[in-house]
Amino acid sequence: MSTIIVENLSCTYGIKTPFERKAVKDVSFEIQSGDFIGLIGHTGSGKSTLVQMLNGLIKPTSGKVFIDGTDIWANPKEIRKFRFKVGLVFQYPEYQLFEETVEKDIAFGPSNMGLSEQEIKERVLYAAKFVGLSYDLLKKSPFDLSGGEKRRAAIAGVIAMDPDVLILDEPTAGLDPVGRNVLLSQISQYQKTRKNTVILVSHSMEDVARVTNKVLVMNKGELAMFDKTEKVFARSDELTNIGLRIPQVTRVTDALRKHGINLPSGILTVDKAVYEITELLKKEGRL
Amino acid sequence: MRDIAFGQYYPSNSILHRLDPRGKILMLIVFLVLVFCTNNYYSLAVVIFAVVAVVLLSKVPVRLYFKSLKMILFIVLITSFLNLFYGTGEPIFEFWVFKITLAGINNAVFVSVRIFCLILISSTLTFTTSPTDLTDALERLMKPLTIFHVKVHEIAMMMTIALRFVPLLLEETDKIMSAQKARGADMESGNLVHRIKALVPVLIPLFVSAFRRAYELAVAMECRCYQGGEGRTRMKTLHLHKRDYVSVAIIILIISGVVLCNVFLPQVVR
Repeated sequence: MSTIIVENLSCTYGIKTPFERKAVKDVSFEIQSGDFIGLIGHTGSGKSTLVQMLNGLIKPTSGKVFIDGTDIWANPKEIRKFRFKVGLVFQYPEYQLFEETVEKDIAFGPSNMGLSEQEIKERVLYAAKFVGLSYDLLKKSPFDLSGGEKRRAAIAGVIAMDPDVLILDEPTAGLDPVGRNVLLSQISQYQKTRKNTVILVSHSMEDVARVTNKVLVMNKGELAMFDKTEKVFARSDELTNIGLRIPQVTRVTDALRKHGINLPSGILTVDKAVYEITELLKKEGRL
Repeated sequence: MRDIAFGQYYPSNSILHRLDPRGKILMLIVFLVLVFCTNNYYSLAVVIFAVVAVVLLSKVPVRLYFKSLKMILFIVLITSFLNLFYGTGEPIFEFWVFKITLAGINNAVFVSVRIFCLILISSTLTFTTSPTDLTDALERLMKPLTIFHVKVHEIAMMMTIALRFVPLLLEETDKIMSAQKARGADMESGNLVHRIKALVPVLIPLFVSAFRRAYELAVAMECRCYQGGEGRTRMKTLHLHKRDYVSVAIIILIISGVVLCNVFLPQVVR
């Protein structure tokens, strides 16, 4: 499995034009293998640029990215190797589907890796299973699928490459609540089974709180926080200052704590809140 | 993908930006004709002076102009090179079958200067006029054609939409290319056939999204009860200001300058 080390990474767009803009400024961090990272930040905070630098789609203006100890830009001709290692699912990935059948589309990544036909087939089936795409859809045209199914097919196309690190840029955007939940549990399940690194870029604090163990916060191109999920969401005021917020349930339990109710801090999910509150009521003999 | 300088609008607040776009288009046409009317170095100098003045007045970084010149530099070099041997008269320099004459040198200079002037002056128009102003002005200028049942408004609307979609589709292409590269698509290496094949995963999603966008735009326009040009009023009506009359006066001055130089000063050997 892979560790990612990022050193003083910066990226500037449109250098020497009136549109010059620093998208990422001097960011450094280290991601251990097996971490489930949430990446949050305001629109335009440099999240998308950052993740595209992690798999070598954007070349940093300065700074370095190390994957398993190798600088990914040490040999620019070998950059594709790292794109297979770090799988990136873009925002609205369904717009990248192009093949005649779903099966062929999922196979696009693995066949670019130069695998044997048998192996490609296995990977397609395994990826389809992971995202919950039923096998009879594989022979259909991707343009005949529903929105949610298209999204899954596109995610399967990246999972089929079997990357050590999986990055998902807002995978649940534009899905209905049920679709969101299902997709999120599938990603969580995938991470638990495969024990690899997953980075989830999201605007939904609830989603991030539910599945991740660490959170990276970006603000105006700079790294604002990088810590355990509970610790990040304990810094409510700072998050509010940079235009983010904490999960609703955390806000409620924090308010209860302020009123002197003896709940533990860092309650991130509704389930956890229900558990802690019933425990408390039992202890006080009121339940 | 995004550094195509020619035909880009550069927002600023120069006097040229504020001129009436109709006037600017007409003046551009006059100027283009004028560039080809020059027949000695004096009138050419007048035109060059005018072009440089316009370029400086536009307050657009000169670097951008150089960028648009760079794209056609190759064409200019080839045409002027060919023109070099394309003259009659006493050769100044002879080598095997090639003869360079004074007329040839003159031809080469004229051709290259003219093309440079053409590009500079038309870039000024696109740099200083937003696409919507440009199509608006074209619509107004083509209005007389309606008596021949030309659908002027529809043509202008199509041009506006096409222009608006160029940056959108460029952005979309960028996105799709990145997405396919993330799946290991190799677009930078291999022979021609391989590279063309590598474009399929980009072109198909691009077409699909272009059709989707076109459909969505059509629906959005229908929702706003759009029904073409008849009886349509405008949010921004064009008015001529003092500066527009002044600019016309200056153009007339330049025209007379060129004509006077052409008539009263000696012609060059061509």
